[in-house]
Formats: sequence, structure tokens, C-alpha cells
Amino acid sequence: MIEIMATLYGGILRFDPKNPEWDGRDRFILSKGHGVLAYYTALAEAGFFPKDELLKFEVNGECLPGHPILNMEKGIECSTGSLGMGLPFGAGLALAGKMQKKSYRTYVLVGDGECDEGSIWECAMFASHYHLSNLIAIVDSNKLQYDGPCCEIMNLDNFKAKWESFGWDVTEVDGHNVKELYDAFSVCSHSSNGKPQVIIADTVKGKGVSFMENNKEWHHSTLSQKQYDLAMQEIRSGE
Amino acid sequence: MVNPNPFNVRFYSKLGQRGSFAAIMGEIAAQDDDLVVMTADLTTLTGLTQFREKFPDQFINAGIAEQNMVGVAAGMAKEGKNVFVTTYSNFLAMRSYEQIRIQLGYMKSNVKVIGTGSGLAMGMSGNTHYGMEDLSLMRAIPNLMVVSPADGLETVKAIKKAAHHKGPMYIRLSGALRNPIVYDEDYEFEFGKGILLRKGTDISIIATGTMVHESLVAAEILSDNGISASVIDMHTIKPLDTAMIKDVCCQTDLVVTVEEHSVIGGLGGAVAEYLSEISYRPRQVKIGIPDAFQRVGDYQYLLKENNLTGPQIADRIHEEYGDDGESEPNMIR
Repeated sequence: MIEIMATLYGGILRFDPKNPEWDGRDRFILSKGHGVLAYYTALAEAGFFPKDELLKFEVNGECLPGHPILNMEKGIECSTGSLGMGLPFGAGLALAGKMQKKSYRTYVLVGDGECDEGSIWECAMFASHYHLSNLIAIVDSNKLQYDGPCCEIMNLDNFKAKWESFGWDVTEVDGHNVKELYDAFSVCSHSSNGKPQVIIADTVKGKGVSFMENNKEWHHSTLSQKQYDLAMQEIRSGE
Repeated sequence: MVNPNPFNVRFYSKLGQRGSFAAIMGEIAAQDDDLVVMTADLTTLTGLTQFREKFPDQFINAGIAEQNMVGVAAGMAKEGKNVFVTTYSNFLAMRSYEQIRIQLGYMKSNVKVIGTGSGLAMGMSGNTHYGMEDLSLMRAIPNLMVVSPADGLETVKAIKKAAHHKGPMYIRLSGALRNPIVYDEDYEFEFGKGILLRKGTDISIIATGTMVHESLVAAEILSDNGISASVIDMHTIKPLDTAMIKDVCCQTDLVVTVEEHSVIGGLGGAVAEYLSEISYRPRQVKIGIPDAFQRVGDYQYLLKENNLTGPQIADRIHEEYGDDGESEPNMIR
């Protein structure tokens, strides 16, 4: 999902890190709160806080725990971690934006496993019923959830058709291809057909590191120094 | 502000708490463009039909989807909207409990959660529709204020104050149409401050919601039998007015809590938690709905089955306190 975050914070979202509450900013919600490392990293790169603060990740009593906490100073719009909640919150931001005739857009990143939650589909109905064309959902479709492959744990077959039948415009992209992501976001951001938009980003969990790719053991784990060196070497050689 | 007079006090009573809420929302919306009312497919049943017609741009029906409704409300509140969400209390408190905990409590969102038809008011609809645990659940969430008005006028006062209060709040509306009148003239209403309706010397009754009226009836019966009872309207369960409990109740031999809610974790639980922490406290008797699902019946039947009418409350207190008021001191040191 790091490519999704890099595309959003590097070229799509309108924001001002010096004025994090700027009313005209686009809103971003990380609904899959466990993807927090990519989020903190993007926020630091975007200038919301110094990069050395990233070392406060999962440090006792600090403000960068394993799921994000609402903190406007650091550009974090919503506390998430319990799945299925970020999309409804984003729909609320989008609806208020429409009511107030504001031009900001709301982007919500959800996981594919997260789409097991009923509240995602409650919101899918709601967003199309209220024509929330200013709401853009991105699904990080890595086909893995905590207990194993999504297709084995809870089948999400016909995923595109599911969203379409709920009244959303669907774009499928390679979630590791920044150009494809950028183009898809650019089109969504200027859509005027009154429908909410969803980008299904086809991704590989742990992409670029041989021992992590598609390995659920790395959903949440810590690297040894040796593993870190190997991972960095592989990522750099892939650049 | 509300200008109570015999006409509107009777009017609010006739409407019941739910109707009083709906009636007053229109008045608030007329003065507040940011006000938004959300329902989960209960527009008609919560009396909001007129509101929807008059303020269509400030009314959002989320369909039968309480979790999404609360999440959307939190998002709108973040953008400055003054949001009220409403449906039956059991669905709100339980179906969307986690959304209330995280998206309202944790994030301190300015959303008012209005649980209607609470307690046993849903009568023939049965246990699926009774709100017997909502106070217990809502009270456990940090940052959430929990309020339970006694009658129509107090509902109007609570809702109006809530519209100017910034932060998450749960307001429990209960009782039927033609709600008994507790307040027939204007009075000071402040969240977190109980109201001493009657001063007595032997026992103290702390009541909330519909049970305030029944407790006043009970106190009158007890008085005829030589037992002098204080009655407190504890309209705010959280934060609890512990100063009033200390001032009033600790001067009497017995404290009785009365609520149309499970005896687990509601007003009785809140008072017990406080009393257990202090020295020289009176014994407490908790009157409420026993820890059991109900045999279904109409509202009046259910109140009687649970011994929650004024005369039944008086009988229970009599039993606990003794006839002569001269029983062994109940003080716990």
C-alpha cells in the first residue's frame, strides 16, 4: 500500500502541512488502521512531522501507536483500528462537504479483508444513495487477511461487480504501479456522474521482499537486523 | 428558551418524551443551519415527519443501518455539523455500540445520540425492542454524557441544552404518550446537577426518567405511613451528581434507586459505585428491572410485572425500611 500512499500524498491530495486544519484540504482516512506504518511514513514525507519522529512508532505513551489516533496537528483525521468504520466516517465528511458546497474530496483506504464487515456495505449503499461523488474509496486488494487467503476465509468473489451493483464507479489498477494509480485518481477526482468512486488496487502483501511476499506471518512482525539488511538490499535492487 | 405554561406543559406530556423531542427539533433547526437530524428508518415512529417536510436539507435517513449512521454522524460533526442521531434505544446502544465508543467517545465527536422507546415502552413489540441495558452500556464509555429526562418538559429542556453542548451525549427517552407531568412550571436545568424534588428525613429516593414520577407517588404514600422520603430527579447519570448524593442521602438511613432499566449497571449501579467508595454510607436498595427477559405485554402490564408503579415502589421500600422507621440503623461504616 506504500505506492498508494505515495501517490496520494505525493501528487493527488491537496493539503498544507503548515496549516493542517486548512478548510480546503482533501480529507484522507485510513480505514484499515493497521496499515499505519505506511500512513505515518507518508505524513512524515509530506511534512506533517519530522522524519525522526517515526522512531516514536509503538513507543510507550507516544502518539504513534499501532493504529492511528485523531491528531490534526499531524494530519491524522480519524481514529481507526476497528475495521469497517473509516468508510462511514469518510461518507460523513463527504456529505457535510456537499451540504456546505465545499470543493474538498474525501479519500478512504480500506482493506479487502475489511470488506467482510457489514458496515462497509451499509456505507456503500448510503454513499450511492446520497450521490457522494466527492467520496473516493481505495481498496488495498492484497488477497490476504489475518487468518489466511481471503478466498478461503470469506470469499469476496466478483468484487468489482459487488461495488458496481451498490452503485459505485469502479476502476481496477495495479496497486504497485504509481502511474496507473495516479491516472486512476486523476480521473476519479474529476468525475461528475454523481456516483461515489472506488479504485480496486491489486497488490501483493510485502511486495519487493522475497521472504515477506504473500506471507501472512508478516502481517505484523519485527525484522531482525539481518532480515532488515536483506529486505533493504532486495528493495534497492528492484528500484 | 422554553417558556413553560399550563398549555405547553400539557402538550409535551400528551406528546410523550419522544414526541416532545421531535417537536423541539424544529424549533432548534430554525435557529441553527448546522443542525442535522439522522434516523435509521424511524422518521414516522419518532414523530419526525413534520421535521423532514420543513427541513429536508437538514434531515438524513440512513436506512436500517445504525452502524453506518453513527459513523456518518461523526464525520459530519467533524465538519462542524451539529448532529442528532435517533432510533430506538436498544438498536442505537447495542447495534452501533462500538461506533459510539470509538467514533463519538474516543474522538469526542459533537453528536447527540437520542435513544427513543427506551425501558419497557415498546410493550407488545417484545424483548427485541426493550431498552433495558442502554444506561449500563452508555455509561461505560469515556467522554459520553448520559441523560434520562423525567417528563416532556424536562425532555425539551435537555434537548435544547444538548444542542448547545459540544461533545458526545446519550439521551434516553422513555415512557408512553400522555407522560405523567413532573414539572408544571419553569425550573433550572443543568446537566450533572440532580434536582431535589422533595426533602425528607428518613430515606432518600434517587430516581431517573419515568421513575421520577412514580417515586413521587411512592413518597406520598410513604409519608401517609409516617416515613419521610427525599426524592431526587437524577436526570444526568453521567457525570453523576455525587455532591447531592452525599448531601442528601448520607443524612438518611436508606437510599433507594429507582429506574426503568436493568438493576445491573444503570442508575443503581452508578450510585452503588459511588457509595462503595465512601465511609458512613446508608444501605442501598436497587429498584429496577430484574436481570431477566420479560414476559411480553403492554407497557402498563410490564411496569406492574416489574413492581415499578408508585404504590409497588412504596410497598418495597416499606418492606426494606420497616414499619416504624425505628429499625436498626442501616449506616455502613
